[in-house]
Amino acid sequence: MGYASKSPWVIHYDASSCNGCDIEVLAALCPGFDVERFGIINTGNPKHADIFLVTGSVNERNISVVKQIYDQMVEPKVVVACGICACTGGIFHDCYNVIGGVDKAIPVDVYAPGCAVRPEAIIDAVVQALGILEEKSKALKESKKGA
Amino acid sequence: MSFITTLIGTIAFAILAPIVGCLLAGLDRIISARMQGRVGPPILQPYYDVRKLIAKDNVTVSGVDGVYMSAALVFTAFAGGIFFSGGNLLMSAFIITMAGLFFIMAAYSSRSPYAELGAGRETVQVMSYEPMVLLMAVCFYMAAGTFNVSSVFGLSAPVILYTIPAFIGFLFILTIKLRKSPFDLSTSHHAHQELVRGTTTEMSGKTLAKVEVMHWCETVLFLGWTGMFFIWGGPLSLILGIVVALAAWFFEIWIDNNFARVKWQAMLRSAWTVALVCGGINIIVLMLV
Ligand code: SF4
Repeated sequence: MGYASKSPWVIHYDASSCNGCDIEVLAALCPGFDVERFGIINTGNPKHADIFLVTGSVNERNISVVKQIYDQMVEPKVVVACGICACTGGIFHDCYNVIGGVDKAIPVDVYAPGCAVRPEAIIDAVVQALGILEEKSKALKESKKGA
Repeated sequence: MSFITTLIGTIAFAILAPIVGCLLAGLDRIISARMQGRVGPPILQPYYDVRKLIAKDNVTVSGVDGVYMSAALVFTAFAGGIFFSGGNLLMSAFIITMAGLFFIMAAYSSRSPYAELGAGRETVQVMSYEPMVLLMAVCFYMAAGTFNVSSVFGLSAPVILYTIPAFIGFLFILTIKLRKSPFDLSTSHHAHQELVRGTTTEMSGKTLAKVEVMHWCETVLFLGWTGMFFIWGGPLSLILGIVVALAAWFFEIWIDNNFARVKWQAMLRSAWTVALVCGGINIIVLMLV
């Protein structure tokens, strides 16, 4: 196992979620679960983060914010869409201002459905994200060697 | 103290201090976690973090922050080398401040409002602790008769017997120097949000890794300063020095976990008061005795 998956720092953004998923995400990050055991740190700075947890269906107002956070994150990085809203738009899918899913704004690597998303689903998704992070980090190393 | 000794000391410090500092940082995180009723990360977690940061892509805002941080690392190694090879304490104190200044420059260079705020706060931190560091060095000089650290091995009694107030003052500013709560205004070990991580806001990848490694080395150097007070002759006193340094370090972690961050005004005022009272009294007493 490489180092990328041993120290995943996460950033969380609420892209017009109803707050249900945010509460679950933050609950999964709270000291009770002690995710620091796995090196996970909740950071507020996209430049330090490796995993981007997005909740909510993304609307016209905050799509630019989502994109900006994604752009500011340094490769290798992965995006996890938390909650059915973030995956497909969920119950808000036919709202006039809703984009309908994070993948309409930025590339998403892992989808964690649920309304609200269960902590178990978030943890499963993050574990899966670690695998992808590892792959991406290897690919980045290869491309650096090639260059 | 010859140039060659210092050079060898610097190289040895540059190799050993990151190893010791990394283990200390890992232990720090475990102890902190236990104090909060958690299990905490593996002891090598800081090492994993740095290895990950090094593997990240190169992104920089100003293009020069990495250079500034490299300079900060080099000066930190020099300061440690001078101290641990028994060189001039005052020189070591000045050069570690130089490293601090490069860290501030690295933060300023991005021109980001958050980073500038962090840099400003770091400057206030330097202003807060520097008087006490100098007075501590002066007290050491008056007690040992020289600024040379190696002289402690020739003493008949440890320096601490003459410098208890200065040592207490030094312990106070040690919290600022290690950037521990309540004085973690420029970068905090715990809160990873914008303002309190100000200085590192625009840093990522290798530059951020350098900041971490610099913190490790700084911790080792400052604990060395702490232990120095308790050493005189014999190897047994060396053990005493290490034990006291570790106890001071544990005390810092305890403070870190039990006190809320103060405003910079409170930090500056209290640090200068402590410096004047502890350092001043100590110097006057040493002058009269
Ligand atoms: S998935 Fe459900 S809980 Fe989550 S943001 Fe959407 S509506 Fe709220």
